[in-house]
Formats: sequence, C-alpha cells, structure tokens
Amino acid sequence: MSVRRIDQDHTRFRNIVRGKIKHDLKRFVSSGELIGKQGQRYVKIPLPQIQLPRFRHGQNEGGVGQGEGEDGQGVPGQDGEGAGEAGEDPGQHMLEVEVSLEDLAKILGEELELPNIEPRGRKNVRTYAGRYTGISRTGPNSLRHFKRTFREALKRQIASGTYDPEHPVVVPIREDMRFRSMETREIPQASAAIIYMMDVSGSMGREQKEIVRIEAFWIDTWLRHQYKNLEVHYIVHDAVAHEVDQHTFFHLRESGGTKISSAYELCTQLIRDKYPAQEWNIYPFHFSDGDNWSARDTEHCVSLLKDSILPVCNQFSYGQVKSAYGSGQFKKDLDGAFRGTERVVTTDIMDREGILPSIKTFLSKGR
Amino acid sequence: MGNLTPELAALRDETRDLAKSYGLDFYEVIFELVDYDELNMIASYGGFPTRYPHWRFGMEYEQLSKSYAYGLSKIYELVINNDPCYAYLMRSNAITEQKLVMAHVYGHCDFFKNNAWFSHTSRKMMDVMANHGSRIRRYMDRYGQERVENFIDLVQSLENLIDPYSPYIDRGTDRRRAPPRKDDQDSREVQKIAAKDYMDRYINPPEFLERERERLDQEDQQARQFPARPERDVLKFLLDYAPLETWEQDVLAMLREEAYYFAPQGMTKIMNEGWAVFWHSHMMTRHLCDASEIVNYCDTHSGTLGTSPGQLNPYKLGVELFRDIEERWNTGKFGVEYQSCDDPEVRKNWHRPTNEGRAKVFEVRRIYNDITFVDEFITPEFAEAQKMFVYGQDPQTGEIVILDRDYTKVKTQLLEALTNHGNPIIKVVDANHKNRGELYLVHQWVKGDLQLDEAMLTLQGLFQLWKRPVHIETVQDGKGRLLSFDGEEASTQEVTSSHPVTGRVGVGSEKQSEAEAEN
Repeated sequence: MSVRRIDQDHTRFRNIVRGKIKHDLKRFVSSGELIGKQGQRYVKIPLPQIQLPRFRHGQNEGGVGQGEGEDGQGVPGQDGEGAGEAGEDPGQHMLEVEVSLEDLAKILGEELELPNIEPRGRKNVRTYAGRYTGISRTGPNSLRHFKRTFREALKRQIASGTYDPEHPVVVPIREDMRFRSMETREIPQASAAIIYMMDVSGSMGREQKEIVRIEAFWIDTWLRHQYKNLEVHYIVHDAVAHEVDQHTFFHLRESGGTKISSAYELCTQLIRDKYPAQEWNIYPFHFSDGDNWSARDTEHCVSLLKDSILPVCNQFSYGQVKSAYGSGQFKKDLDGAFRGTERVVTTDIMDREGILPSIKTFLSKGR
Repeated sequence: MGNLTPELAALRDETRDLAKSYGLDFYEVIFELVDYDELNMIASYGGFPTRYPHWRFGMEYEQLSKSYAYGLSKIYELVINNDPCYAYLMRSNAITEQKLVMAHVYGHCDFFKNNAWFSHTSRKMMDVMANHGSRIRRYMDRYGQERVENFIDLVQSLENLIDPYSPYIDRGTDRRRAPPRKDDQDSREVQKIAAKDYMDRYINPPEFLERERERLDQEDQQARQFPARPERDVLKFLLDYAPLETWEQDVLAMLREEAYYFAPQGMTKIMNEGWAVFWHSHMMTRHLCDASEIVNYCDTHSGTLGTSPGQLNPYKLGVELFRDIEERWNTGKFGVEYQSCDDPEVRKNWHRPTNEGRAKVFEVRRIYNDITFVDEFITPEFAEAQKMFVYGQDPQTGEIVILDRDYTKVKTQLLEALTNHGNPIIKVVDANHKNRGELYLVHQWVKGDLQLDEAMLTLQGLFQLWKRPVHIETVQDGKGRLLSFDGEEASTQEVTSSHPVTGRVGVGSEKQSEAEAEN
C-alpha cells in the first residue's frame, strides 16, 4: 500500500509537535508540569500555541440549553460551547497532545545532545521474545496460514486422486489446516538499575524535593529509553537510611541530622544483594543539600564509594540542591577526593533553571 | 459506482425511491463503504480525500482516531455537497444503522440541492479541491514545503474573515486602485463664482463659501478614504491589495474559495441536520425498519437527538422545529388571526385543518437559513414545550446556572450566537491609515469581546501578509481598544472614539441579513 496522504500530514503534525516541545523543553522541565500527566507509556503535553490563532470571541458567558430545572439551578456538562458553535471549531479546549515517553527521551537527547549509552556488554540479561515463525496443526483461525493450508489440501487431493485439473477446486478439510505458531527465542538484553538516594533531613524543603523529583523524572525517561529493562530503587536518609517506594521518596518529610554514609551503606548492600555488576548497569544518584553530620562521616562515604560502589557501577552522580540551610560542603569534599575520577559526576542545582544543565552533566558522559 | 455489497445496493435503491416518492429531490448519491480509519481520514480532510496537504488535517486525524479508539466518538455519516453527492458508510455499522444513515443522507442531499443558501456553492467541489491540492503541491515542490505551509497557516488563521452573504448580495465593486500615498494634504481653494466686486457679497455669501469648503473637504476625505466602504471580505481585500507574490495570491484565492464553499454549511447547521433527521425518522418508522430492528433504530436515533442541559443539540432543535411547523400549518396555527390571539387556551386548541404542513416544510427548507429559521419559527409555545432556557454565569457564585426561560431572551441569545456563525464581524475600514499605508480593521461589536491575546497573535500574522503596520479596533469591557502591531512591537491602547470615518457606516444597510437582537 502506498503512503497515504493523511500519514504524511500526520507525520508533519507530529514533527511540529516535537519541534514545539523541543523549543519549550526548558519551560516544561523547570515547571515540572509533565509529571503527573504521565501514563504508562505516554505523557500528555498541553500545547495551546499549536492551534492557529484567530479573531474569535472570548469566554462564552452563556448560551441556550434544553431541559428541566429551576432558574438558578446549575447547568452540568457546560463546557464553554454555546449554540451555533457545535461546528468544526474545537472551542476553547486546551489542546493536549500525547507524546510517548520514548519520543520525549529522544527530544531530550537531541536537545541536550546526549550520547547514547554504550551498555557494558560483559553479560547481558536474556529476555524471551516470541515470533511467529513456526507452523502448527492447531491454532486460532486468525492465525491460519492460507498458503500452507492450500498446499496441504492440494497435496491430499492429488494423492487421493480427487483433484481434477479441468475443474481445480480445492477444498481443505480439518486435517489440512495449518497455523502460524509462535516460537520463543532468547534475546540478549541490557539491563540497568537506578538507585536514587535523597537526603530528607530538615534542611531539604518542599522546593528542593520538587527539584529532585523533576530531575529524577527526566533521568528515568532517558535511561528507560536506553535500557529495555530498568529497575529503580529509592533510598531516603537522614541519620539512618531506608529503602522506600516512589511516592514516599518524594513526599516524605523527616527532620533530623544527616548521615550520608548510612545511605551509601544501604546502596552498597542493595547492589551486593540484587545487582551483580557483570549483569547490570548500575546508576546510583544521590541528591542532598550538601550538609553532612561530620567530616568523619564524609571520609567514611568517600571510602565506601571508592571501595564498594565505584568498582561496580557505571557512574556515580551527586546533585547538590541549594537550600537555605545547607552548607554545600559535601560536594567540595567529593570533588576533592575524586579529582580526576571520571566516574564520579557532581553538579550544583541552584534552582529549577538548573535542572536541565545538571541532567546534561550527568548524562552526557554516555556511560 | 460505489462499492456497496449487493444487500446494501438494494437497500440504497429502496431508500432512494422512497425518498423520491416523498418529493425529495437530489443529485445522484454515490455511497462508499469505508472502514473507521478511512472515514476518520476523509473526515479530517473535511470530506475531501484529495485536499491539499497541511499538518492541521493530520492533527484532526489524530484527534478523531484517538477519540474513536477510546470510544468517545464515532462518525456515523459523512456527506459531501457535490454533483454527484458522495456519502460514506462505515463498514462496521449494523444494517439498521446503514438504513438510517442512507435515509439521513438523502435528506442532506435534498437540502444541498434545494436550499437557497447553497445555490452559489460549486457542485464540482470534488474536482475543485483536487485541483487545489495539486496546485498547492506544485507550489510546495517549487518553493519549499515549509514556506508554502507557513503561508497557508497565515491564511487559515484569517479564514473566518469572509462575508458569507456576499454571494447573494450585489455590494457593487470597488475596483479603484489605492490612491497614491501623497503627503500634500492642502485642501483646494474654494472657487468663487465670478461676480463684480459690489455683487460678491450677494453672489458668494459666507454661508455659501462655508458649504463649498465642507463639500470639498469631504470629497478630499473620500478620495483619500480607501476602501470607500468598509470591506467585510477581508480575504478578498488582501487578495486584491496586499503585496503578495503570484503563488501566494493563488493560494489565498483557493483557500478563500474553500471557505466560501463551507460557509453555507455553517449557516444552516440546525436546519440541515433537522431536515435530515426529519426524513430519516419518517422513512425509518414508516417503511424501512422491520419489527426486529425498531429497538436498535430507536437506540441510535435517540443517541442522535439526546440533549444535555448545557449544550444545544442542532439535530434536536432542527427536527422539532420542522415537526412543529408541519403541525402548525396542518392545523391552521398561522396567519394574522392566530398571531393576534392572546388566549393560550384557544391557541392551544386551535384546529382548522388546512393540511399545508408538508408544503410549508418544503418551502422552509428552500428559503431559510438558521437565523431566519430560528427567528421566525420559535414560538413561545415551542420554547416552552422544548424546555428551552438561557444559561450563564451567576454573578454571585460564578457558577454556570439557568438564568431565564423567557422565550424572547432564549431567542435573542440564540440569534446572537448564530450571528455570523459565532464569528466576530470584522471589516477593513482604512488601508491607508495615517496616510502611511497602514491597515485598520474594526471589530463590529455585537456581543462578546474578542479573545485579546489570540487576537494579537492573529494580528501579527496579518502583518506578515500586509507588510505594513496593522491595527484592529475593538471593544473590551465596554471600552474602545486599539490593538496594533508594527512588525516589532505589539501595543494596546484605549481609544475613545472609533476610527474617524467610523466602521459602522455599513451597519444600517445590512440589517436585512444580520440577526438583530429582538426588542
């Protein structure tokens, strides 16, 4: 079938949408408005500016309706379209465009010029995928293999002498039926694990967590695009660390001291238990405002990183979110300890505007 | 012709003959059987599969496909005003639905052919659209897709600035070229009538000189005034006078032609749908349905006519009006005597069999459009029986509530909404504003302010066509506003009076065609 006209126009429309998103990526990222509109595979993006502008009347304050009801009674289902406007105009609805997370990752990748990640290939996890390559004698009619069935019937009729070349009617019977069948094959699959760690001590406020949340969303989107099989873990810590679910991770508000090493220990343990380095690409991310309990603990962190975490992970990323109370000392300490170590990446996130550059720094190493 | 199954073809013949026997008169109708995806595709192109390429149709297609996939909407029928008419049937519809759609389609086709407001539409629009498509494709090949598409964007955003009544009214042609943009504005000297000195006082009295001066000034003013009268067909004005390249002119002309082709469909939505429902219900219930189908038919039919309090259903309003008209003209509920009768009891029980109902509905479908239809045939009894009401914002709570059931208010509200198909009325009043070749538009405020932010964006698009500063005068919250764009800066200022020569000049003469608020 030739390419249909509508497909060309549709592709054109999708490209325009992509262009708009790319153009406004910074705004989308810093406002965080995409999160929460996220489905399994799609996000809904409001794009009012894609509609062609027109001279039109503004908010419709009234109209004519039909039905029961007293004066002053509310009118349900009123969505701003008055009489006479039921025509082709979409009215004042905000146009929301669905974009797959896959596309979003591509847009992010193009805009930030992120390199594709070269998965560590030592041993990959295998997954099973089915393909319809086989033939079987039973199956649903929707999978019937017409040609094979015909051939079987023809064979049978010739063999039994009921085939008449002058009158070539071939009628398959039940035994002739052939169906496509699925064969499962193993295919190698790169897998990755992300471990988010966040400082939830008293100094990390609502805004700081929001920044972490937005950043995590985009990192997730990108890594999911790179790895088919992605597992995510969340660790929160103040003076002690816990593994929590996603919701808790972003909404928990603790107060108290900060002992970063507790999180690193838990992370080490998690990796040791679940993610053997030869099979997994491991990405620990740590977000905090840079305050730690003591210099001693920081030293402990550095040695944990050096001895246990770095040898097994692809990259260790530390994002320091600016808060009113944080001293920002921890980043300096890390930078000092790991000067020249490429696999430790640290960034400063001053505010929402800083999210995109920080993501770029984390992900532009292609590791 | 068409690709109907033998069963559907037989059904088509039956329905067609039946429709003819009722006096419906239509061009030949070609039915095509399509699946939902093809139907969505054709609908995205406004019914014309060969239309010019544009991303907006792709957007339309995505929305239709999504909404179909989620089960939110389904297109039942699509019929094209053309000779022959084309109509599309969805393959997956059950036979009862197909019957209904066919009967409905014959109603539309009769309306297209016979309603006066369609008399100026091209009946070879399939070909015209295909030609437009290939011409625009050719321009895209030559000048680049991006460039042509951007131009189409600009035109589409001004698409509603046409004069839907112009095909029916001779407004005279204004073929004058734009006057030279000259700077010397000195008015001419008043010529005195030759007279001897001592007679001068009597032959050229001061009042006379004053009058002469005024006359000359006015002449000057008019000579400078361009266009001479406010022009409502903004697209035509741009076509004639904007500095466009040849291909741009051609594209603009094509899009304008398409806009005029679609305009009558907007002007007769209630009537057209009402008429089609009137006939499908008539034919289905009396002839086409057998007993086993009647429940399915009722299910579909009631879905079409369902009303929700906040939205007026044109199908419902249209068919009820036609039925009411037929009933009234069958029982003599018309004419001076009936009109002047004040006793509701007498009016209600009025019965003087005249049996002119059928003839009357055919007459109505020939000469009315939505505005005149609603204006003339919504009676107090009708509004009450149909439980019509006006809704709007409750000033205290801000909620949308039922405001009134008074029939004149209902009608006024409805007529206002139907005026110019809900579009603002905008005219070019001066193409040489400030004697600097700037374009000055006036929004003739009827009801409802413009969406200002969007208006400014549209104005910026207009600038790209006119290539000189552009202005639009409108009313916002009761105050005059002037939006301007000079290519770099967008500005909004308050204006106390309207444009010197005032955009309201043409208003009086247009009363016969425009909906005027009653009382």
